[in-house]
Amino acid sequence: MRSTANVNEGARLMAICNACRYCEGHCAVFQAMELRLEFNSDNLDYLANLCHNCGSCYHHCQYAPPHEFKLNVPGVFADLRKESYGQYAWPKPMGKLYNKNGLWVSIIASVVIALALALTALGSGADFWGVHEQEFYGVLSHNAMVSVFGTVSLFVLLALGLSMRNFWRAMNLPAPWDLDWRSVRTGVKNALSLKYLDGGNGQGCAYPTEAPSHIRRVFHQLTFWGFMLCFASTSTATVMHYGLDLPAPYGYVSLPKLFGILGGFGLILGPLGLLWIKRKADRNTRGEQNQGMDITFLWLLLATSVTGLGLMLLADTQWVGLTLSVHLGVVMTLFLTMPYGKFIHGFYRLIALVAFAMEQEEHQARVGVEQIPIKNVG
Amino acid sequence: MNSNSFDLVVAGGGQAGLIAAIVAAEAGCSVCLLEGAPLEYRGGNTRHTRNLRPMHKGPLSVLSGTYDEEEYFDDLLRVTKGKTNEPLARMMLQRSQTSVQWLEQRGVQFQPPLGGTLHLGRTNAFFLGGGKQLVNALFRHAESLGVEVHYNAMVDKLDFDGDRFRAAWVGDLCFSGKTFVAAAGGFEANLDWLRESWGDVVDNFLIRGTPYNTGGLLKLMLEQNFQSVGTADQCHAVAIDGRAPKFDGGICTRVDCVSLGIVVNENAERFYDEGEDFWPKRYAIWGRLVAKQPNQVGHVIIDQKAIGKFMPPVFPPEKANTIEELAEKIGLDSKVLAKTVSDYNAAIGPGEFDHTELDGLATDGLAVNKTNWARSIATPPFYAYTLKPGITFTYLGVKIDAQGRVLTQNGQPSPNTFAAGEIMAGNVLGEGYLAGIGMTIGNVFGQIAGEEAARYALNR
Repeated sequence: MRSTANVNEGARLMAICNACRYCEGHCAVFQAMELRLEFNSDNLDYLANLCHNCGSCYHHCQYAPPHEFKLNVPGVFADLRKESYGQYAWPKPMGKLYNKNGLWVSIIASVVIALALALTALGSGADFWGVHEQEFYGVLSHNAMVSVFGTVSLFVLLALGLSMRNFWRAMNLPAPWDLDWRSVRTGVKNALSLKYLDGGNGQGCAYPTEAPSHIRRVFHQLTFWGFMLCFASTSTATVMHYGLDLPAPYGYVSLPKLFGILGGFGLILGPLGLLWIKRKADRNTRGEQNQGMDITFLWLLLATSVTGLGLMLLADTQWVGLTLSVHLGVVMTLFLTMPYGKFIHGFYRLIALVAFAMEQEEHQARVGVEQIPIKNVG
Repeated sequence: MNSNSFDLVVAGGGQAGLIAAIVAAEAGCSVCLLEGAPLEYRGGNTRHTRNLRPMHKGPLSVLSGTYDEEEYFDDLLRVTKGKTNEPLARMMLQRSQTSVQWLEQRGVQFQPPLGGTLHLGRTNAFFLGGGKQLVNALFRHAESLGVEVHYNAMVDKLDFDGDRFRAAWVGDLCFSGKTFVAAAGGFEANLDWLRESWGDVVDNFLIRGTPYNTGGLLKLMLEQNFQSVGTADQCHAVAIDGRAPKFDGGICTRVDCVSLGIVVNENAERFYDEGEDFWPKRYAIWGRLVAKQPNQVGHVIIDQKAIGKFMPPVFPPEKANTIEELAEKIGLDSKVLAKTVSDYNAAIGPGEFDHTELDGLATDGLAVNKTNWARSIATPPFYAYTLKPGITFTYLGVKIDAQGRVLTQNGQPSPNTFAAGEIMAGNVLGEGYLAGIGMTIGNVFGQIAGEEAARYALNR
């Protein structure tokens, strides 16, 4: 248990909210809060990761600033959430990357893109500006790409997995095979449907302004499913390459291309929309310590899709070398920063929502309580 | 017509004023709304409210079952002890049937049941997120209809031609109107006015609602010689945490464990039956009880057994392992408090504790007995919350007729001046309180005032 300024502020807010409870209809945060009397870093990390930063409770709060209680749950929880990412990151020292996250990610991006450019240019020599029959494999061989990305992926998977394990333990969840699957299903459903961006009654949340709106949900879904389709594109291509012995390039009516194009458009519209409404939203709800984490992540996603679609269009021109290096650099940055940037929020949100579903099922607090009453078995 | 002349001028931006403005604007009136508070604090005490109590036959929106006129009127008679205007009250109950739908159609959101339809409420429809959500939605709607809204616009002068309204002044600005709706609340935040009736004890009162309900408009209306209802010494007071802010503490400052323990005054002595009745009733009486104690202070003492059995208060309690230590922490004579607690513990009769019913577990032989839930205070640690009177609202207002028109001393209504909300609530609610009825009054009489003002202004 830690006692930081963010934790203390979170505990102060929750004591007020727990005595008021007007917001209980908005989202899981307040329903989870009502199962507790005391707040500590564990259950505040839980509540902060349940919070989707929708702004409804802030705009509807009788105690919001300038009231002397200065209640700002979305803002304080945004800061606390970021602190929690650093707290549970593996390996521990890497958690420091969440301080000045925007700056770090930008530096990593510049370095990695420059390296990618230099290496492909050096490696391909005169071929860098050439036009190739095998399109991008003409610039950089498939095996070179696989070995670099494979190594990075292994590290990223390990880091993501162990960070999640840290958070999982703080959420007081049993081993995965002992989970109650009904609750897991509820948690997954609430995460995938972005249930808690619906305002609590399906009319939408108070984002970017106080008027209820579904716009945040729409842009987030475009981003998420866009990303997943791009991921599916890569995955099917891998299967086709290794499993079916069908190496790239693929035609426009192939699964990798269809997934990639659809996903690419989602991953352009989604992040652009999220960046746009973020500019319109009340500054107070963003928190004070984000330091560019959200925005850099959105720009990185946008750069991934733009350079990816660009590569597809330019693959048979002399620009293929340049586009490929930039795209690979961007994707590599995205990969490398997955465990140390905004990307992690999806995993912690999902785990918190599963814990919430279990608490609701049991009508009992589970996270951040000293003892867990033993349930009757059998 | 210059830009400062309107079909309707509304003073007050709480629910009642907003609704009057919207109804008139929807009928085609040019409307100006003068809100005394700055934008961030707009909405009067509506900002602190949570629900509305509509009459309904059969399920209605988020409400289940039926809450019919007879049951509702019985409830009203019980809390007001008959101090109500029956025809006005019955008309209000009838009209309240459409209040939820009216609000929903204008963007106000109600809280769906959290645990499925089994958890539907029957009597009270809760605003999703609280009254500020309603205020925001109605301001948005009013502005979309072209209502001209002014903030920091406390009316400080009224211009009447006999009983006919001509204009309202805010400093040097004049807002003239064919009609006027007075909806600027009571005077509970005006300590000097409260002092006239209560004396210097008001220095120890906490005002639970907006600091902007200073009663300026009410005073101007009474100076215009309109008839009043209620008296200035009546206010609704509950016992709240003594550490609450002087103004604007709202709902979270309540302390809901009186029935689980004992309450002592500054002399460390008990003064009233803590187990008399359930929450709604005891909630409303303890403000006055505490107001009558020395320095207007009470201390509720509970032990470990009560923890987790009541709504968590906003501030942490004082905590100690012995009663003596607790007494020192809250500044009481430790010997007297120890004796009060041991006398109480010794006087507890037989019976089973059950907080869900009047369990009859009582003390016997004390000067002040506790008649229910008299469980011992013996399991450390012990906890104390300090209570002070928290003023919710005042009852003094202007008298109206069934069209919402204010009445002159000879009983004639003003042709173009209406009142809605807390400023006229005393017509229906002469005494006591029923959860959600304040918002019902504001809603129905806001609509009536808006309709009648539009009818007059547009010559229909």
